[in-house]
Amino acid sequence: MTLWITQRLLQAMLVALAMAVIVFIGLHLIGSPIETLLPPEATHEDRLRLISDLGLDRPLYEQFFLFLKGVLQGNLGISYVYKEPAVALILSRLPATLELAFAAVLLSLVFGVPLGLAVGWKPESSFSRMVMIGSIFGFSLPVFWIAILLIMIFSVQLGWLPSSGRGATETIFGIPWSFVTLDGLRHMFLPAISLSLFNISMVTRLTEAGVREAMSSEYVRFAKAKGLSPRRILSVHVLKNVMIPVVTVVGLDIGQTIAFSVVTETIFAWPGVGKIIIDSIAALDRPVIVAYLMLVVIMFVVINLIVDVTYRLLDPRIRLQGE
Amino acid sequence: MTALLEIKGLKTEVVSADGNVTLIADINLNLAAGEVMGLVGESGSGKSITGLSIMGLVDKPAQVTGGQILFKGQDLRKLSEREIRSIRGNRIAMIFQDPMSTLNPVLRIDTQMMEVVHAHEAISKQAAWERARDALGMVGIPSPEERLRAYPHQFSGGMRQRVAIAIALLMSPELIIADEPTTALDVTIQAQILSIVQKLARDRGTALIWITHDLSVVAGLAEKLSVMYAGRIAEQGLTADLLRRPMHPYTNGLIASLPAHNKRGSRLKQISGTTPSVANMPRGCAFHPRCASATQLCLSPPPLEPVEGRLLRCFHPVTEGALS
Repeated sequence: MTLWITQRLLQAMLVALAMAVIVFIGLHLIGSPIETLLPPEATHEDRLRLISDLGLDRPLYEQFFLFLKGVLQGNLGISYVYKEPAVALILSRLPATLELAFAAVLLSLVFGVPLGLAVGWKPESSFSRMVMIGSIFGFSLPVFWIAILLIMIFSVQLGWLPSSGRGATETIFGIPWSFVTLDGLRHMFLPAISLSLFNISMVTRLTEAGVREAMSSEYVRFAKAKGLSPRRILSVHVLKNVMIPVVTVVGLDIGQTIAFSVVTETIFAWPGVGKIIIDSIAALDRPVIVAYLMLVVIMFVVINLIVDVTYRLLDPRIRLQGE
Repeated sequence: MTALLEIKGLKTEVVSADGNVTLIADINLNLAAGEVMGLVGESGSGKSITGLSIMGLVDKPAQVTGGQILFKGQDLRKLSEREIRSIRGNRIAMIFQDPMSTLNPVLRIDTQMMEVVHAHEAISKQAAWERARDALGMVGIPSPEERLRAYPHQFSGGMRQRVAIAIALLMSPELIIADEPTTALDVTIQAQILSIVQKLARDRGTALIWITHDLSVVAGLAEKLSVMYAGRIAEQGLTADLLRRPMHPYTNGLIASLPAHNKRGSRLKQISGTTPSVANMPRGCAFHPRCASATQLCLSPPPLEPVEGRLLRCFHPVTEGALS
């Protein structure tokens, strides 16, 4: 297990390095941030000074090694726009995004798994048909449209829920969180729902497919022959087998959700990382973009690692092969 | 005294809007307590469906549509789902063909065994665990305490089938339906499993229905034999009688095709043709296209009638000496 985790971490570092190279070259190709950073009345001298301040006059490989040196010292550069360390800037916004993404994933599990179980158990019922049709909408309607619709209905027409911002926060371990206050939860509700509809549909369908497969399996037939109740068969025999693919997909999905929360955060003015990355791309604020992308890479790697470990806990067959 | 299991005119069909397709029909069985019956037939003859019908476990779109299944005089078909569940695994247990897929791969053996005890009896965890351990020991699994903590993939095929048998024995059922439990195993393992089941059934007075396509398996095991063909019983009687003097041409063909009956060097005998599919049953006697003694009479369905101490469904019984 230790060897396996070490290997995975080494792989992760290689992935991060490759990512850094790609991002660096890509950003260089997009263009110089100088024009957007300089005030209109700047002189030629101002311009040259800024270029050398930012180190943009050096060759690309030198910039890259300087950047790598910074990374090893835990420094991903200073934001051109905010004049703050890029990492600190992103980390200060990250909790908001994380809490939104996790809320969305939690919703997708809380609704998706039971719905999938119910539909897979009785696929012919009218309830099941309704859920399956609904899930098609969840799949195909774009997130921004759902978000705007939710705001229209719940904020504008009914006036039940706020449409923007994080609301009141409470500080735990020096980080402000919304989910601990009622006002924060009210603010989180709409963005989390709009972000989770796609996931709910996916988890529902995944669970449903798994249940239907498991229901026709020999071990379920044997479980029936043992005289077990349907509840026991579904919640123990079927569920444990179905959770294996669901955990994989949901794990990968956490990363996706964080990355895609950009749109949702923009619509609901949720002060997360998504918002800041959009602003930074517009301003070509290179250190922030690089820091964000590196963070996403690390997050994906860590999530994958967690998924693999969970996998081993769920499926004894995998557990044994690795040891 | 009422029989342990009495089946009268059992019929199972695939039910659909375009009409029903019969899988098995006119099945009659009689089993006394502690008796062993072999249910023999080719693949597709409906022997497994018969077993599942008794348990009430036929999957949709098939369903039992007629007849009575009297278990100690009580018709299982009339019971509610909850009532039949209290019989399944408790008073009638079933073992399936493929031990690789009957155990749930992600649950430990102790979970899969103790849940049976808990489903049928209000009993402490400790007592359920002890019963599971004893059952594993009984089927010859070494160090059962340790093996209870294992997962199915840590067992070989033969060992898994022993676990399945142990699960069937947990509640000391009055009847075990074994659906080809040795077919997927090596011959040596087959013999072991066979002797374990035979011994345990005899010691505890458990009645057995042993479903197989292999006549040689049931020859030494079962007192009674039912030969099935195309969803119907062709011949039924005492095993010794049937093997010594088969009267149905199909039974005769089955016995003649056993390699042991052939002279060394001669061609193996076989029954020509193949089993008909349920959707395309021949008219009259389903066996007549493959039967050497078929006549015009065989185009109408023959009834199952008592002949010389057995039940027979044939207009032209094989006369003595036809085997050799």
